Amino acid sequence: MDQKALRYDIVVIGGGNAALTAALEARLAGASVLVLEHAPKAMRGGNSRHTRNIRAMHAAPTSVLTESYLEDEYWDDLLRVTGGQTDEALARLTIRATQEALPFMARCGVKFQPSLTGTLSLSRTNAFFLGGGKALLNAYYAAAEALGVEVLYDTQVTEVAIDGRRVRRLKVVCKGFPLEVTGKVVIAASGGFQANIEWLKQAWGPQAENFLIRGTPYAQGRVLRNLLDQGIASVGDPTQCHAVAIDGRAPKFDGGIATRLDCVPFSIVVNKHGQRFYNEGEDVWPKRYAIWGRLVAQQPDQVAYSIIDSQAEKLFMPSVFPAIKADSIAALAEKLGLEPAALEATVAAYNAACVPGDFYSSRLDGVHTQGLEPPKTNWARPILQAPFIGYPLRPGITFTYLGVKVNERAEVIMQDGGVMENLYASGEIMAGSILGKGYLAGFGMAIGTVFGRIAGKEAARNVQR
Amino acid sequence: MSSVEMIESPAMADSRRAMEVCNACRYCEGFCAVFPAMELHRDFAAGDLSYLANLCHGCKGCYYACQYAPPHEFGINVARSFALLRQESYAEHAWPAPLGRAFARNGLVTSLAMAGGIALVLLLTFLLQSPGTIFGVLPVTPGAGFYLIIPKAVMTLTALAAGLFAVLAMGMGLASYWRASGTRGWSVKDLRQACKDAASLRYLGGNGHGCNDKDGSFSTTRRHLHHLMAYGFLLCFAATSVGAFEDLILGWPAPYPLLSLPVLLGLAGGIGIIFGCAGLLWVKLQADQEPQARELLGADAGLLLLLLLIAATGLLLLALRGTSAQGVTLCVHLGLVLGFFVTMPYSKFVHGLYRFAALLRNAREQREAG
Ligand SMILES: Cc1cc2nc3c(=O)[nH]c(=O)nc-3n(C[C@H](O)[C@H](O)[C@H](O)COP(=O)(O)OP(=O)(O)OC[C@H]3O[C@@H](n4cnc5c(N)ncnc54)[C@H](O)[C@@H]3O)c2cc1C
Ligand code: HEM
Ligand code: SF4
Ligand code: SF4
Repeated sequence: MDQKALRYDIVVIGGGNAALTAALEARLAGASVLVLEHAPKAMRGGNSRHTRNIRAMHAAPTSVLTESYLEDEYWDDLLRVTGGQTDEALARLTIRATQEALPFMARCGVKFQPSLTGTLSLSRTNAFFLGGGKALLNAYYAAAEALGVEVLYDTQVTEVAIDGRRVRRLKVVCKGFPLEVTGKVVIAASGGFQANIEWLKQAWGPQAENFLIRGTPYAQGRVLRNLLDQGIASVGDPTQCHAVAIDGRAPKFDGGIATRLDCVPFSIVVNKHGQRFYNEGEDVWPKRYAIWGRLVAQQPDQVAYSIIDSQAEKLFMPSVFPAIKADSIAALAEKLGLEPAALEATVAAYNAACVPGDFYSSRLDGVHTQGLEPPKTNWARPILQAPFIGYPLRPGITFTYLGVKVNERAEVIMQDGGVMENLYASGEIMAGSILGKGYLAGFGMAIGTVFGRIAGKEAARNVQR
Repeated sequence: MSSVEMIESPAMADSRRAMEVCNACRYCEGFCAVFPAMELHRDFAAGDLSYLANLCHGCKGCYYACQYAPPHEFGINVARSFALLRQESYAEHAWPAPLGRAFARNGLVTSLAMAGGIALVLLLTFLLQSPGTIFGVLPVTPGAGFYLIIPKAVMTLTALAAGLFAVLAMGMGLASYWRASGTRGWSVKDLRQACKDAASLRYLGGNGHGCNDKDGSFSTTRRHLHHLMAYGFLLCFAATSVGAFEDLILGWPAPYPLLSLPVLLGLAGGIGIIFGCAGLLWVKLQADQEPQARELLGADAGLLLLLLLIAATGLLLLALRGTSAQGVTLCVHLGLVLGFFVTMPYSKFVHGLYRFAALLRNAREQREAG
């Protein structure tokens, strides 16, 4: 490829939401922009292709959002899930800017739909993309291409060459061939490192080998590692990741939303020895699903099995893989590869401990066990009616928290407190600044959109200086 | 159940797997009627799937939006799976049953019908009429004109016989499909809703957002072209009906002057069909091949071409009135119309009926679901 052609005002690393919003803003401000996306075109868009909504502040109902959702409530929600591991100034700036995010998205051709069935609780706070994140990205890519943004697919950035406080050039591998790319300004929007199993092992030990990655296999964290190794300041806990329990039959990567399983609260969950290990009915599922990834990860072989009977069969969203069914607990154990006697004993002990009560699937019903360890404190109905049903569970990693530190202009900060002159960051790669722990539905896209836009505008201003 | 029905076809198996993935995902809920209809189920019987396939308008919105589309290992392509299943449902319910095989190579069947129809009419005319009449300049007066080439009784009786058979065959097919897809009753309100959805092609427009006609971008081109074609067809049908009524009942024999109802209706309809069909063919050839079922290109293109040729020869006939070319043009036009009538129940034409039935069931189910 012609070396001269690869000289741009702004080079954006990544091809997800954070990258495209940055590229669009930068181009709208008049800069020449190149986007480098590691994935091939058909799989472009990182984890953003698996998303469905964005959490947006609004003072009055919009086309798809009901009532209002104001800054303080949004902030309280964030404070609660992060337990305070957030930066208030950056967080409030993000929250306020989500107001303008929706009109910007609509201008770029993104279409919205009313909140999906089963997510009524989000209809006030979260705007859903018609068709989901891939459709959103299709709109962004089409808008970017129409504006003259150039995109190289199958192109991985392997090194960001930093000299003092400036990025000099990028080393990339484009369709298998090494290249150098120079931009006056660089925006890093390459996501987290959740698909890098070796890196996950450093924090989790060998058990990480058995983790399933819910999103893109291209989130290898190569740029993040490279930046941190060159004196860029880090934020977020390097050992933490957002992990949920998903269907154990899901593909290693890119299983996305469809592989989730919502049966846990109506079930008992056993490990490979047929033993229970946690209170399945602790709270309503949306508040608990994110702890089950870690719980399963701590079990032998990082696998667990959720067991229900036919009474509970239709209480949760359908699963993507068929339910495993049998006419007896022993036969089900056989099919799941468990010791039949062990599972029978666990189910019998559980059934004996269930205290009769009025069962309500849609709220905390207080139907509990007595004298059972660990207890089940809601929805504890005996498992009696054949066919008996099982689902295998494995930890599914959504994203990692470790990132680079930025300021309110999305400029990347160095360990010595200095500000990089021509390096900006947006999205998952810097989200740890605001979301140090936990997760708030739709906040990943909020951070990516807001900081993507800031990075794009600031980068364009920087070029003009 | 016969043993043939018990072995599930690949299109059926594919559609079931797609619906199971979609039902766990649901991201495409806002595109069309299929996803809300799907959500009323947890398991999908063959009848349910063929209903959902016929409810699908092939807008391709869900293909471009799908994070599980090929090359993802799930390989979800609802638009394509459902197109194939629709075709299977036409074949399965065709009456008489053995003629369902015509759907396997529909492009070929349609082409043969066109050629056969033209050949037959030309042959018979040349056998029965003198060249002087066929190539003669005939007076454009009531009762004369083309009736001098093909007598009124022959024309009327052939059209009536072919038309009635087509209606019977399509009615039997539709009834069989209706029973198999497990639909029970419907109310007047449902009927009104289904008529509205069909007449506006509501779901060939992403529910208002436009659909993916050619690629990932949204447009309403196909919807508008289909309107041109289908309403053009209805106008031509109206022209023929008015003509037949005036001629056979009122005793005002054809051919009619240019400024008469049948001719004006036919003119408007013919132009609509020509532009609609040509446009749809053009879009089909331009469009991204990935979400399409290439196997069905013949059936789609065959019917489009047949309608286009009928309309074009019809207009040509009007233009060539009173010239020596009128005779041969008439034979070609009527040959094509004959081919169309004969193959109607065994061509993509039946999709309008099946889709309407699906819309009707959908109207009922959505009303009941609240
Ligand atoms: C199943 C699932 C569902 C989710 N649902 C939601 C939701 O509904 N709402 C929400 O707000 N959040 C959701 N999230 C979280 C959300 O996906 C992320 O917060 C968000 O997508 C991050 O955007 P990003 O652009 O920073 O990263 P990504 O979208 O992951 O993009 C990173 C990009 O960088 C590219 N890349 C990586 N390394 C390199 C390199 N070295 N060179 C070149 N390119 C590189 C990748 O190919 C990719 O295109 C979900 C996550 C998952 C896994
Ligand atoms: C109930 C009324 C009807 C409905 C709901 C309907 C719907 C549709 C839809 C959604 C398509 C595109 C998807 C596909 O190719 O399968 C289509 C294609 C087509 N329709 Fe119809 N239709 C109706 C009536 C008619 C009529 C009356 C005609 C004929 C005059 C007709 C002729 C065609 C043809 C030829 C195509 C193929 C065009 C193409 O794929 O590009 N339709 N129809
Ligand atoms: S087509 Fe794909 S994205 Fe749409 S609902 Fe089905 S699985 Fe989900
Ligand atoms: S192709 Fe269009 S009409 Fe068919 S299921 Fe997909 S979105 Fe619905």
